[in-house]
Amino acid sequence: MSNQIIQGILLGGYYALIACGLSFMFSVMRIINLAHGSLAVFAAYALWLLASRFHVSPFVGLLIVLPLMAVIGWTLQRFLLERSARGGALLPILTTFGLAIVIDNLLFEQFGADTRSLAPYIGSLSYDSWEWPGSIYVGKLAVIMFATAVVLLGGLQLFLTHTRLGRSIRATSEDPDTAGLVGVDARCANAIAAAIAMVTVGLAGAFLGMRATFDPYAGAPQLLFAFEAAVIGGAGSLWGTLIGGIVLALAQTLGAQVHPQGFLIGGHAVFLVVLFVRLSTSGLGLRGLLRLPSRSAS
Amino acid sequence: MSASTSPVIERGTATSRIAAVAVAVIIALLAIAPQFLSAGAVDRMTALFIYVILAAMWNALAGFGGLVSVGQQVFFGLGAYFAIRLADAGLNPFASLFVSAIVVGVVSVPLSLFMLRLRNGEFAIGMWVIAALTHLLVNLDRLVQGETGTSLISLNVYDAGTRRMTIYWLALASMTALLAMLFGLLRGSTGAAIRAIRDNEDAAASVGVRVTGTKRLLFVLAAFGIGIAGALWLATSITFQPKTYFNVQWTAYMIFMVLVGGIGTFEGAILGALVFFLIETWFGGAGVWYLIGLGATAVLFSLFLPRGLWGTVEERFGLRLLPVGYRVRLPGNPTAPADDGTAPSPRQTTQHQEKA
Repeated sequence: MSNQIIQGILLGGYYALIACGLSFMFSVMRIINLAHGSLAVFAAYALWLLASRFHVSPFVGLLIVLPLMAVIGWTLQRFLLERSARGGALLPILTTFGLAIVIDNLLFEQFGADTRSLAPYIGSLSYDSWEWPGSIYVGKLAVIMFATAVVLLGGLQLFLTHTRLGRSIRATSEDPDTAGLVGVDARCANAIAAAIAMVTVGLAGAFLGMRATFDPYAGAPQLLFAFEAAVIGGAGSLWGTLIGGIVLALAQTLGAQVHPQGFLIGGHAVFLVVLFVRLSTSGLGLRGLLRLPSRSAS
Repeated sequence: MSASTSPVIERGTATSRIAAVAVAVIIALLAIAPQFLSAGAVDRMTALFIYVILAAMWNALAGFGGLVSVGQQVFFGLGAYFAIRLADAGLNPFASLFVSAIVVGVVSVPLSLFMLRLRNGEFAIGMWVIAALTHLLVNLDRLVQGETGTSLISLNVYDAGTRRMTIYWLALASMTALLAMLFGLLRGSTGAAIRAIRDNEDAAASVGVRVTGTKRLLFVLAAFGIGIAGALWLATSITFQPKTYFNVQWTAYMIFMVLVGGIGTFEGAILGALVFFLIETWFGGAGVWYLIGLGATAVLFSLFLPRGLWGTVEERFGLRLLPVGYRVRLPGNPTAPADDGTAPSPRQTTQHQEKA
């Protein structure tokens, strides 16, 4: 059982990776990007294409794909989200949902229905494991994934608190108009934030491809996982996302123990329970489900 | 703008009175249409009625209630699932379609207590989670046999011709009744509350509009209507595979229809369903490119024409066929176009300040 718990915690690292971009973007721009999961799958396909066609190792491929994702994030914010956010809070939901449909089906058009994986291109890493005391085997990839999540979340936190750019992004997220008054270019800050979020999405997509298989329509479940982990993690710092991811993964692991189809049910159920508890205790409505990660650092 | 003459507040216009007659004629024609149509055409028309229901219900929720949900397929799937369950329990299959929708409506009440406290994007994806979870739970039912699915076998006691006609009339009647219900709701005192919430929720609450109660009404109505649509779809296709019914593509269709037709306008949802129906008829065979086209069109509309086709027509020409709001017309200038550039528009209506 303790073996499963450890596996669950490590899997939580993946959920934290995919969730942090979503909650980061929400906290800065108040937009939930419904194409989030599809973009992660897009990144996974890009790495797969590089690896299978040009024999580029996925780790090296990240050097190409992550900058590409940053450019996509920038472009997305400048040409799509910025414009649709002007039409109110509801329009970006529709825009990004439409975008998700376009991405999913383009991937299907290009790569077909076959499931793919990056596992064959990372050598023995996909199945290597370390033995821990108590005959517990932990996959090296899972540990790397978890460590990446910790480093990424910590790095983002440091970036937001200790750099000029990070502070201007936080200022924009608090109040774009006032930030503009003191000389922060809100449009620029938002576009950079979107670029950063997409880099994290690219990383998440890479790990998705390495640890499991994916297909063109795998984006929707990833979006739900990201959303659930972000909401469970809830208010406060980016570290909440990590806790949210771990809770989600543990619930899924537990669900899988109870019933063969319980993996996903467990995850959704714990999300709803957390939501229910949060709603009945706060009484404030839901403005604060996905809160500013920067608040605690100010 | 002369202040000496008092403005006229009107609801119906000459066009809207003609439109009302036209609607009655169209419904009557549709009711007798199966006598003249081929079997295939009857099936397509049934699909069109179901699309109109879906569009109108999603529009009621998003366009009027300000609640964008990407999980409405949960009610579509549940409508079909409960119909299967009720028919299995021995209820007449046609009756079970409607009892099922009532059950869906009842189920949506406790759900609304919970979900309506979420806002915007959180509500949108929250509903998607509900749909995903419901799909998994329905799969656990032995009767459904997981993704293999089952079918509404008891419908087979009727011969194909009777079945086709009955489903056609049931779909037409359901569509008409649901649209009439929505129309009545929007024209009544609740309608003013609904539009106030659509335009500005906080301001509406501040003048005493019961925001949550009104939203709940729309949420339950939408659940009920989409439940009927799901049950009717089951009746036309007989087979029930959870993956098909709980597919997010249903919500994608609803969003497409409403965005293209005109979000927050009563006529827009119907127009959108017609447009979608035609596109599907012409391009549905194009497979994946058809879906890419739908998604891209939705993105383009949301960016460049957020009011949709009907919203734009309405704004440009002041045309209103099925008026649910009131308009203020200043006397002495009754025929001025809606936007004559210099003066504030004399035809500006009460329901036109929304932000899509």
